[in-house]
Amino acid sequence: MKKRRDIAWYALFVLPLVFVFTTVVIVPFIIGIGYSFVSWDGMSLNEKTFVGFDNYTRLFQDLRFLTSAGHTVLFTIFAVLLINILGLAFAFIVTGKLRVRNVARTMLFMPYLIGGLILGYIWKFIFTDVFKAIGEMTGCTSVFFSWLLDPKHALFAMIIVTTWQMAGYIMIIYINGIQAMPEDVLEAAKVDGAGFWPTLLRIKFPLIMPSFTICLFLTLSNCFKIFDVNLSLTGGGPNNATEMMAMNIYNEIFSLSNFGYGQAKAIIFFIAVAFLTLIQVSITKRKEVEM
Amino acid sequence: MKKISKLLIEFLAIIVCICYLFPIYIVLTNSFKNRQELYENMLALPQKLSFEFFRTAMEKMNFMKAFGNSLLVTVISIAIITVLASMTAWMLVRTDNKLSRVLFMVFVATLIIPFQTIMMPLMQVMGWVRDTLHIPILNTLGGLIYMNVGFGASMAVFLYHGFIKSIPISLEEAATIDGCNRFKVFWKIVFPMLKPTTVTVMILDVIWIWNDYLLPSLVLSSKALRTIPLSTASFFGQFTIEWNLAMAGLMLTIIPVILFYLAAQKYIVKGVAAGAVKQ
Repeated sequence: MKKRRDIAWYALFVLPLVFVFTTVVIVPFIIGIGYSFVSWDGMSLNEKTFVGFDNYTRLFQDLRFLTSAGHTVLFTIFAVLLINILGLAFAFIVTGKLRVRNVARTMLFMPYLIGGLILGYIWKFIFTDVFKAIGEMTGCTSVFFSWLLDPKHALFAMIIVTTWQMAGYIMIIYINGIQAMPEDVLEAAKVDGAGFWPTLLRIKFPLIMPSFTICLFLTLSNCFKIFDVNLSLTGGGPNNATEMMAMNIYNEIFSLSNFGYGQAKAIIFFIAVAFLTLIQVSITKRKEVEM
Repeated sequence: MKKISKLLIEFLAIIVCICYLFPIYIVLTNSFKNRQELYENMLALPQKLSFEFFRTAMEKMNFMKAFGNSLLVTVISIAIITVLASMTAWMLVRTDNKLSRVLFMVFVATLIIPFQTIMMPLMQVMGWVRDTLHIPILNTLGGLIYMNVGFGASMAVFLYHGFIKSIPISLEEAATIDGCNRFKVFWKIVFPMLKPTTVTVMILDVIWIWNDYLLPSLVLSSKALRTIPLSTASFFGQFTIEWNLAMAGLMLTIIPVILFYLAAQKYIVKGVAAGAVKQ
């Protein structure tokens, strides 16, 4: 009697969410694997033909997809580095003795709250019209021109905007790590006469290794999956030069109507994301010091 | 001498921060200018403060409607997520059996699935629900809320799970002996104790749902249902060339975010940090 009651309570508490979660995430994920083996244009009346692994083999000869993967890797490497360097620097500055540290923290974190789509639009204006205006005013037209029209500079623009958005966020996590550093260890280093750089590299960095793990994980997966900034800032242009993987998948499915093929890309994308984050976490976890 | 250099550093730090927010300055100042004034000098302060362009942008974006939709979707989604996820997580922790462990593992594992992997099949499933079961789940705010709950579930369960594991069971046992049923135990005793995690979940989900673009763009097609990101995107589709109007529109979308940030800054910074650390 009691057992049956327990099961009823369990179901009452757990089932509603599990039901919603299953219909929204689990079922589409499994069905999605099935879709990746068919050729289909998305029209419900049209037939879905089974093509086996054709979608997957075709994907590795698809130049546009491979280029977008290349852009994504390049973008991710630079953005992750820049975000973490800047975020860490900010964190050290605002945990220092400055009297303006709280104001600074507030200001630096603000961009993160504005969505990627809106940030993209703001910077689009800056990189096109404001840059052109500055170029005309100062005469430095080699630096200040419409960045979004040039493939290389458009990619840089993506990196800058993403860094601007994420650095403040990453700063917050590093601040937590810095504030958790044990005072006595830092005191000891000071007493022993360790200079600024040795203290930073040999003592502070190993101590905030857990924060590195988290920040690298967050920036890596966020940058790899970037979509909103891509859509509003460059729209993938000029000439698909800044089309990232997420956008390539979106275009393949919803613009070119290759539902099966696009889904195969989406599955490969999932495998890449999972692989990347798992490797990264296992590497940095190993380097953490036990206190 | 030392005092002066110290002041100088303080001053420098503030300058750097102001430069960091330079894009917002650009948006703010240019939203007051007319087209001609904007192209004369984009960096200058506006000659006069006219709210004319705000009014026009507000009308063209249908801003109040979009704001209402965004608010409705965000508030209801978060209310449902916190209630259902805390209940689920509590049961999973307190009933330690194989099923609980498997369910929790599944919740956590799905955290790494990118949205792009699910979006197309999700739309097919929801299309099927609409056509076969005749439940209006596509192109309704209710449908969007339902999907938000599904996507927010993993993270919320994960955060609650971690917190509940750290609170002792003795209080709950005492309440059970006193004759409270599970429902009462949870709502009267457990849920109030979960407040820090509830705040974290709320903050993380506000940032996500308020700014979410892709999912709403796939679910909602009616103009009247647009959320703020959707109406911004369609506004830009039409008026890319009228930058002064566009700036006013962007400023409109930023203002609520900044107000929310200044009002709840303490919670936001804490929530964001707590949410990240537990990943």
